[in-house]
Amino acid sequence: MANVLGNEHDLNFKETELCLGLPGGVGGGCGGGNEVDSSPKTTGKRGFSETVDLKLNLQAKETGMDLNKNLGNGSKEKPVSAKDPAKPPAKAQVVGWPPVRSYRKNVMASNKSIGEESEKASSAAFVKVSMDGAPYLRKVDLKMYKSYQELSDALAMMFSSFTMGNYGSQGMIDFMNESKLMDLLNSSDYVPSYEDKDGDWMLVGDVPWQMFVDSCKRLRIMKGSEAIGLAPRAMEKCKSRA
Amino acid sequence: MHKKTAFSFPDEVLEHVFSFIQSDKDRNSVSMVCKSWYEIERWCRRKVFVGNCYAVSPRMVIKRFPEIRSIELKGKPHFADFNLVPDGWGGYVFPWIVEMAGAVPWLEEIKLKRMVVTDESLELIAKSFKNFKALVLSSCEGFSTDGLAAIAASCKNLKELDLRDCDVDDLSGHLLSHFPDTYTSLVSLNISCLGSDEVSFSTLERLVCRCTNLRTLRLNRAVPLDKIANILRRAPQLVDFGTGTYAADLRPDSYSDLAGAFSSCKELRSLSGFWDVVPDYLPAIYPVCSKLTSLNLSYATIQSPELIKLVSHCPNLQRLLVLDYIEDSGLEVLASSCKNLQELRVFPSDPFGVEPNVSLTEQGLVAVSSGCPKLQSVLYFCRRMSNEALVTVAKNCPNFTRFRLCIIEPRTADYQTLEPLDVGFGAIVQYCKDLQRLSLSGLLTDRVFEYIGTYAKKLEMLSVAFAGDSDLGLHHVLSGCESLRKLEIRDCPFGDKALLANAAKLETMRSLWMSSCAVSFRACKLLGQKMPRLNVEVIDERGPPDSRPESCPVDKLYIYRTVAGSRFDMPPFVWTMEDDPSLQLS
Repeated sequence: MANVLGNEHDLNFKETELCLGLPGGVGGGCGGGNEVDSSPKTTGKRGFSETVDLKLNLQAKETGMDLNKNLGNGSKEKPVSAKDPAKPPAKAQVVGWPPVRSYRKNVMASNKSIGEESEKASSAAFVKVSMDGAPYLRKVDLKMYKSYQELSDALAMMFSSFTMGNYGSQGMIDFMNESKLMDLLNSSDYVPSYEDKDGDWMLVGDVPWQMFVDSCKRLRIMKGSEAIGLAPRAMEKCKSRA
Repeated sequence: MHKKTAFSFPDEVLEHVFSFIQSDKDRNSVSMVCKSWYEIERWCRRKVFVGNCYAVSPRMVIKRFPEIRSIELKGKPHFADFNLVPDGWGGYVFPWIVEMAGAVPWLEEIKLKRMVVTDESLELIAKSFKNFKALVLSSCEGFSTDGLAAIAASCKNLKELDLRDCDVDDLSGHLLSHFPDTYTSLVSLNISCLGSDEVSFSTLERLVCRCTNLRTLRLNRAVPLDKIANILRRAPQLVDFGTGTYAADLRPDSYSDLAGAFSSCKELRSLSGFWDVVPDYLPAIYPVCSKLTSLNLSYATIQSPELIKLVSHCPNLQRLLVLDYIEDSGLEVLASSCKNLQELRVFPSDPFGVEPNVSLTEQGLVAVSSGCPKLQSVLYFCRRMSNEALVTVAKNCPNFTRFRLCIIEPRTADYQTLEPLDVGFGAIVQYCKDLQRLSLSGLLTDRVFEYIGTYAKKLEMLSVAFAGDSDLGLHHVLSGCESLRKLEIRDCPFGDKALLANAAKLETMRSLWMSSCAVSFRACKLLGQKMPRLNVEVIDERGPPDSRPESCPVDKLYIYRTVAGSRFDMPPFVWTMEDDPSLQLS
């Protein structure tokens, strides 16, 4: 098996002399050594995503509003392992691993009747995402994200012409500031809304992140002008919770 | 004496002979004997199976086989089941329905797997095929109960409506009420994947009552346990039954009602459902257990003792799907009670937990392999494994056709020796000469691929994750596995060399999936350029691959052979490498 590069094949390998691009590296080590130091990170993300994201960011920021300040930092890595060796590493959720189908994961999530109270976010929360004007739906697992900002970044990747609203310091839309809210809704930007457990359509960002994850059933990204109808209801619900 | 030759028979005689040949493989062989046989065969082929909907165009299929009655199509790659294929990738059935609606009005059966089906498609089916009999949708999505209602309302001769593991938009349309009162031909109904759709029980009961040929009925979780008895009593001829939620308040009268209903079903051979099981109600199924051949408890969160009791009542079990709550102890009982077991699937109850929550190890698998001589098909999720165990299993079960092992933590070594599991899987492929499907896991080097390439000559489908050291591994598989049709790889250090050196092999396969590997964009372009009968699709949500250096690895790669050329329905994050020297990106 020493001669990997079978000469009898149509492709003359010498002709194609390629560099193996190492995952995580921009440009690869040439010379064709068989040892590829791969270990793709368990999240499957590439280190050079930083470079790429800047480009994507430019596309996404057509409106000129600098909404996603953190997009360029490329800190999309889910916490892989704690730097502190004393703590056991937090379990990183690798996409699609273990290979258990989504409907099974969702069923197990609602089947915790055995009495084991697991605090770890061990199940998935898949919700459909539709965007007005887009020809197909997407699905996201809300448990993959830790904040509205992370969700916003992920959605920006999926729907590159979409930008999310400006989230305040607590990561929530400041509903008490009516004029800010009305500005947002009057712009031509897209606004994310979601259907909650009660079947009501709400503006994304009105509740703390974890509460949102628990109550969101599906997402719809709509034009700000269309979302105006949601604002009063959203504010009402918000106030009733306060 | 004159020679009798093939063409001395009138066409009708040949056609009659061909009608006894049902398998696709044989039909294909028949069609290649000579031109006249090709012609006769194509006019009388009634069933077509298209393993990759993009390998051929609907028009080509219908042109060649104008008289088909049944079509089966598969869309997305298998890894779509685990969310590795972004939504919008493709697999739309609508173009097929449109072509067939016009050209094949007598179509009776449509079977789809991993395809996007819209309400529009379903409505077109309902409208176009007057003798439509069977719709089987497996892992499909994109439609709602509205589309299904159209089928129910219009297809007077419908026998089968089977929605397996589909993602259906539940619009609470009371699907069952759309079957007309005059409709009686239902034989098989599987609505187990429907969500919280309110099922009108009286509608369901009336439907079951008037459809006296009903053999398969799989209900959804919304159907409560206390309604099951009435349904079973109205359909004692059922062979395959799926319960809804299997929980209710404990009441002696409802328990005995249920037990009585089950015992009236003398033909029952398969049970499934069992969501939210209340263990005290389980013995209600004991009357049918002795004849059961198939049992799906993979949603039943009951513990090992109850599972053991249940399984000991089912000596004729051939197929068992269960959660790892069964534990090693339960599998040992299974091994001693169920000597006819052919298929076992053990799913993880806590797939993301770091620590094991149940005592299920390699021992359970070894026990079953030892006790069940007819075991052929295994899907097993566990947290530890050893080469020793795998070698034992291989020697015990030389008849394996499907062996899929998932050790939950990637790259887990042999827990006893801390070595890779190469030798263990090597034994599997060496002893199980008829192995058709294999899924690997654990710590694996290039060596396991050498074994696979050397021994797995009948292997048709291989799934690989977090394994191997170098291109040599991929080369072993591509150059050695003569029967390989589908290869799916994720997170392995396989790059350009092996792929390019074995490019011709790819035309003999249905498809190759590689994600999070080390294949460069340059290699993809080269492959696309050199192999016009392959579609080389680069799937990358980070943006256009030409915005990065050519040597950078692509995120996901899907290569499949096709006679239909590039497809036109790709979303913005999929690029097909052109077979054009000027390397235009589509």
